[in-house]
Amino acid sequence: MINWKVILNIAKTHLLTKMKSTVTASLGVTFGIGAYITLVSFMTGLNEMLDSLILNQTPHIHIYNEIEPSEKQPIALYQEFEDAFNVVNSIKPKQSQKKIHNGLPILNYLKRDKKVYGATPQLRAQIFYLSGSIELGGNLVGVDIMEEAKLSNIGDYIVEGTAQDLKNSENGILLGAGLAKKMSLKKGDRVQVSTIKGDVFPLKIVGIYQSGIADIDNIQSYTNLKTIQRILGEAQNYITDINVKLYDINEATSMAKSFGQQFQVKATSINEANAQFETGSNIRNLITYAVSITLLIVAGFGIYNILNMLIYEKMKDIAILKATGFSGNDVQLIFMSQAMIIGAIGGIFGLIVGFVLSKLIDNVAFETEALPTITTYPINYNAWYYVIGISFALISTFVAGWLPSNKAKRIDPVRIIRGT
Amino acid sequence: MEFVLETKNINKYFEKPVEFHVLKDIFFGIEKGEFASIMGKSGSGKSTLLYILSTMDTDYTGELYLNNKLVTGQKRHELSKIRNKNIGFVFQFHYLLSEFSVLENVMLPAKKLAEKSLSEIEHDAMEKLRMLGIEKLAMQRASRISGGEKQRVAIARALINNPSILMGDEPTGNLDSHNSENVFSIFKRLKEEEGLSLLIVTHDEDFAKRTDRIIQMEDGRILN
Repeated sequence: MINWKVILNIAKTHLLTKMKSTVTASLGVTFGIGAYITLVSFMTGLNEMLDSLILNQTPHIHIYNEIEPSEKQPIALYQEFEDAFNVVNSIKPKQSQKKIHNGLPILNYLKRDKKVYGATPQLRAQIFYLSGSIELGGNLVGVDIMEEAKLSNIGDYIVEGTAQDLKNSENGILLGAGLAKKMSLKKGDRVQVSTIKGDVFPLKIVGIYQSGIADIDNIQSYTNLKTIQRILGEAQNYITDINVKLYDINEATSMAKSFGQQFQVKATSINEANAQFETGSNIRNLITYAVSITLLIVAGFGIYNILNMLIYEKMKDIAILKATGFSGNDVQLIFMSQAMIIGAIGGIFGLIVGFVLSKLIDNVAFETEALPTITTYPINYNAWYYVIGISFALISTFVAGWLPSNKAKRIDPVRIIRGT
Repeated sequence: MEFVLETKNINKYFEKPVEFHVLKDIFFGIEKGEFASIMGKSGSGKSTLLYILSTMDTDYTGELYLNNKLVTGQKRHELSKIRNKNIGFVFQFHYLLSEFSVLENVMLPAKKLAEKSLSEIEHDAMEKLRMLGIEKLAMQRASRISGGEKQRVAIARALINNPSILMGDEPTGNLDSHNSENVFSIFKRLKEEEGLSLLIVTHDEDFAKRTDRIIQMEDGRILN
């Protein structure tokens, strides 16, 4: 039977009489865990912000018609040349329309799919923004703005005006911030756009759109789907893109593949489109963990050292405990519980320090043109990191305590008492 | 006649630095209530024998009985329990836990045994200290008291679980004559008043002569 009360009492007395060593060892753990929490919260916060900057503007699945050459050139169908080695020079892309064939039925089908959170139609058109005699090339994207605002965070990027304003106007436009600056336009002004065919339409600026990515803000604007269909002179079923948002992002790749086969269109998933961001996040996480584990190993060596010294100092005490009837296991538990107490106290203080530091960083101003919605450094307060942190602390102190305490367990009391 | 402690044919060898036969065919027993002493020159194996009898040293051949039960071959944690409950030990050097108070030092083996409540243990410990005339020191740190007092605290600690036998490895070896006398009279009183069995290894001939029986050892054998 293990008499915890007695064991913990002895452990406590040892720790209290060696206050300096105890504090040093605990501080090592506190430092390690505090640094881990701060690092991981800040790093993942930053990761999430950077990812969302790009990923929020990328649908989970993007369906469109790709302009590309036919996979099978006509000569391959010609039986007489079946066994021949055919060379075709200057292949041209296949003649096809930009619009998605049967766009609206596909859209309705997608909206009924149980795995799909929502699907929105888009019409992307090349246009020119006219400013006096100057023509600026760019895109105009026709969207179902209310649906879009629900599925993506486009609302966050409308820096002036609202999504509702666009919906309410027949010929409104959300002008890209870069364009507005170039043409010295502001909300309420009018801007003229011209189609590739040369038709000119005046549109009213109901808001300014700023994604934070200059390349987009300098060319892209949003308007209602109906407005652009009218500008282009196309029917109401003319859509070039469908953006799909899923309930589970992990299914994007497989679903994109099946949609592509089912509808005979190009369907790309978010993972294909943004593979490099995943890589970046993974590497940053790797660095965070490498640094934290290094810190914890250093703290672990500190504990190992201090316990080792303590055990040498307490050799006689250990012998006497054993002589008076404490078993080797009891002695080991005495020293293990010291290690675990140091780990637990140091770890809990580490969590507190980490939380306070994260809070501090969270309140530091961080304003940048590129990120209109961000005002302070991003911090990710994920409870899991705190669970991992305290587990780290306990595991590393357990390992650091195990070796010295095992030595204490095996000390032969006779040798110590007889002084040989 | 009932033996508290009995050995049958105990032999022990030291392997290092060279093989050496320390104990040769040890047969003997301690009766209940007997105050015995072991004498012999240094190197005669008397301390070695004592540590085997104390169950701390398990590296021997032969059989050791405590209260007529075979102890030899038991597992280590069982031996710890036996030591805790049945054997009190006093060393040449006092060996108290210096960070604890005198009272806590005395209470520790009883807390480990955990047969009594904390208040009972405390009461018992105070009782033992009073019997040895050091109850005033109860709350002192063990490192703050004199050598003679420490040895008495060690005796109180050895007695706390009311053991079957009290063993001593030169308990007076490090004390002046006044304190030695004191310790001897405590042992004598324990034998007479409480009927305790005692086995003391000593160099001190005067001490040994006043015990019930002297066990003489030479070259690993018991002579008488």
